[in-house]
Amino acid sequence: MISDDQAEQFFRSGHTNNWAVLVCTSRFWFNYRHVANTLSVYRSVKRLGIPDSHIVLMLADDMACNPRNPKPATVFSHKNMELNVYGDDVEVDYRSYEVTVENFLRVLTGRIPPSTPRSKRLLSDDRSNILIYMTGHGGNGFLKFQDSEEITNIELADAFEQMWQKRRYNELLFIIDTCQGASMYERFYSPNIMALASSQVGEDSLSHQPDPAIGVHLMDRYTFYVLEFLEEINPASQTNMNDLFQVCPKSLCVSTPGHRTDLFQRDPKNVLITDFFGSVRKVEITTETISLQQYSEMESSYKEDQMDEELMEPLKYAEQLPVAQIIHQKPKLKDWHPPGGFILGLWALIIMVFFKTYGIKHMKFIF
Amino acid sequence: MGLLSDPVRRRALARLVLRLNAPLCVLSYVAGIAWFLALAFPPLTQRTYMSENAMGSTMVEEQFVGGDRARSFARDFAAYRRKSGALPVAWLERTMRSVGLEVYTQSFSRKLPFPDETHERYMVSGTNVYGILRAPRAASTESLVFTVPCGSDSTNSQAVGLLLALAAHFRGQIYWAKDIIFLVTEHDLLGTEAWLEAYHDVNVTGMQSSPLQGWAGAIQAAVALELSSDVVTSLDVAVEGLNGQLPNLDLLNLFQTFCQKGGLLCTLQGKLQPQDWTSLDGPLQGLQTLLLMVLQQASGRPHGPHGLFLRYRVEALTLRGINSFRQYKYDLVAVGKALEGMFRKLNHLLERLHQSFFLYLLPALSRFVSIGLYMPAAGFLLLVLGLKALELWMQLHEAGVGLEAGGGPGPSAPLPPAQGVGLASLVAPLLVSQAMGLALYILPVLGQHVATQHFPVGEAEAVVLTLLAIYVAGLALPHNTHRVVSTQAPDRGWMALKLVALIYLALQLGCIALTNFSLGFLLAATMVPAAALTEPHGPRPLYAALLVLTGPAATLLGSLFLWRELQEAPLSIAEGWQLFLAALAQGVLEHYTYGALLFPLLALGLYPCWLLFWNVLFWK
Repeated sequence: MISDDQAEQFFRSGHTNNWAVLVCTSRFWFNYRHVANTLSVYRSVKRLGIPDSHIVLMLADDMACNPRNPKPATVFSHKNMELNVYGDDVEVDYRSYEVTVENFLRVLTGRIPPSTPRSKRLLSDDRSNILIYMTGHGGNGFLKFQDSEEITNIELADAFEQMWQKRRYNELLFIIDTCQGASMYERFYSPNIMALASSQVGEDSLSHQPDPAIGVHLMDRYTFYVLEFLEEINPASQTNMNDLFQVCPKSLCVSTPGHRTDLFQRDPKNVLITDFFGSVRKVEITTETISLQQYSEMESSYKEDQMDEELMEPLKYAEQLPVAQIIHQKPKLKDWHPPGGFILGLWALIIMVFFKTYGIKHMKFIF
Repeated sequence: MGLLSDPVRRRALARLVLRLNAPLCVLSYVAGIAWFLALAFPPLTQRTYMSENAMGSTMVEEQFVGGDRARSFARDFAAYRRKSGALPVAWLERTMRSVGLEVYTQSFSRKLPFPDETHERYMVSGTNVYGILRAPRAASTESLVFTVPCGSDSTNSQAVGLLLALAAHFRGQIYWAKDIIFLVTEHDLLGTEAWLEAYHDVNVTGMQSSPLQGWAGAIQAAVALELSSDVVTSLDVAVEGLNGQLPNLDLLNLFQTFCQKGGLLCTLQGKLQPQDWTSLDGPLQGLQTLLLMVLQQASGRPHGPHGLFLRYRVEALTLRGINSFRQYKYDLVAVGKALEGMFRKLNHLLERLHQSFFLYLLPALSRFVSIGLYMPAAGFLLLVLGLKALELWMQLHEAGVGLEAGGGPGPSAPLPPAQGVGLASLVAPLLVSQAMGLALYILPVLGQHVATQHFPVGEAEAVVLTLLAIYVAGLALPHNTHRVVSTQAPDRGWMALKLVALIYLALQLGCIALTNFSLGFLLAATMVPAAALTEPHGPRPLYAALLVLTGPAATLLGSLFLWRELQEAPLSIAEGWQLFLAALAQGVLEHYTYGALLFPLLALGLYPCWLLFWNVLFWK
């Protein structure tokens, strides 16, 4: 007989669906490796079960068909052309000049014009685990988007806070592979975020895999070793986040990868890689029946939960449309305050003048 | 009261300046020369580095193996050329088409102002042949040029062979994002100039050329190759272009990295690279290379087809294969691989080369001096002129103060009477020397036919001799101008003239130094001491000799000797004189055919200025 502890354990991680937002912020031929990075993570994430409908892929996509590519329609991630990560079924959602800071923030926060097709939306809810992977050229506190604009770490942190307030994620894993990547997660303040970066502030993330036949570097070091690590994960593996933190030590990566887990509520050793990189497919076939509690007991426990809830501070949405300020209505009833000192002083002055004019002897009738 | 408006303090300041002026001038001049000589030494010279991100490292795989094909093409070209005497246009067209390029020709003709004795040509007509390799998957918006100049003196047949073999190899690759134009020009630089003018649809030099039939987009970079032997021991690179323009330093860095990658021996100005920069030998060798580059840049000649490309802001280099008596030789495959690597890296460019320096000096192939570090040398030299002018101004004002019987003239006193008369006497020398300059510029070429009728000389000789004659005639003038002006020109008049001449010289040299630092510095180094020292009092023969020796013509003669001395092929006096005459003719010719500016600058700008100093010297 399976107890409800085991049934509880079945839903331990708290998420019911997985999303991935994979962003490559560079364009131009000499940034081949950033596209290869993103496509490698895309490949792993698809292989582990997240479907295209749950992946938002933002790429400049000017590598495969670039006139300089000696192997057209391919993007390789290993030299000697072992692995073509472009493949036949890449679905790029935001392509070329659509990869902008505005589009990225709109995808994250959901403030998207109604005409946007479904494939370009992040339709996550409060039970979604989201993987956000970003790569490109970055600096201390910013990430460069396509050579024309930047996103700062504060904007990113605010976007995540908007996501939290709009209940758009359950847990979030943020991975960034740029120079000085750790600066991008310094400012996060929303709960349930775990972050990994390829280098600390003041360090450069280095490229890997120089390929003379193609003429460019094919991958960045950190993502190369992350990809190697992910190639060994299958949907059923029990590898946890602590192993991911060990990927690419300084001896291999030259830069020092960093991570941040203080905002995350679970212990990283209890977090499976497939919680973020794979898709939830929790099916357990059992021939036995599970005996759950009676409905009434469950109801009372439910009521207890409800009362606990009421003791917490009520959550409400921030006032989005301050009508009062717009229509200049009278403010509502406020508490009574004694008159201001000015009026008091003015009255005192008037009284003093009165008594001065008409004689001080009248004052003794008052006091 | 303020320092400059208080007459007492002003007089004290003037006295201070006048007392300190001579040592300051000497110090400044010495500082300028010393700064220039120190440019070859480590703190002022830096290692070169690749600034363009798109070109990155030399991470390409060169696959060129067409050495035999190149040699067979070269033999055929040489044979056809010997047979026809001119460029074998039909054969070139056929071969380029068989290799797979789109072939076009362009004919051009030019009547030179007078016969060119070094190249033995007068009425030039020829045909350029060029083939375009279209980028397979890109729009033809940008292009690269690979050019081989073919003239009568250097056949460059191996270069043509390598061009054709490389074209065949490039045609088989699919990674070209820019079109590549393979250009073979006739009559060396005249053909290149005709092609460039037709390509950019301008007419700067009066060349008559047929319009082009095929275009390929804006040219991003160009490489010219001169190769006349099957094997080479080293590759020499030429960077100085027309009027002292230089290509972007990144192109040179690119060449140098591929030299290192292929293990080729690469030289600059024909000199090997010094290895040891910590001891004294390396920097001294660097100084020799630097001086050679300064002399070449100052001459303003295009030292190869690349010099003409620079005018259109197309970064270009000329590579020359040298076959000397060294033991280790490289064949055409090695040269071809280096070129292939360069073109493949240039293919990665997204914008024109603009990240690295445009103005620099090169003590070695891997070391450079940027403009911020070499400009103070010219500044120090021009400071001497400024100080001298200041001193003269003070002296003139003191004279004016003295004449007004010691009263305090206001700060805005009108010109004292001495200066008033001086002004009138200034106009005449200025006009006369400018007129002499104009005569020097116009008369030689204009009057060559008249000269040949009356004297038994050829046209080129007539031009050169007329030049020299007018130059020397200018020296005879001062006595005449003095008599033209009223004889009661006061003693101080020469000061005003010298002041104007100093300012004029400083302005000219300053402007020249900004665009062509080498020319500006060279002229400043020679003319500034003479200009500063010249005065009517004092040892007149000595000053006269100094002025003559530092005049533009003597500077040219001296620099020719210095140039050959640095190239370790010293000249005897007779040879030097012949070379000097040839250089004069070439200078005038290049002004008319390519638009070189050295001749007009010297004739219309510096020679009149120099004559003014001559006037000052012979004021009495």
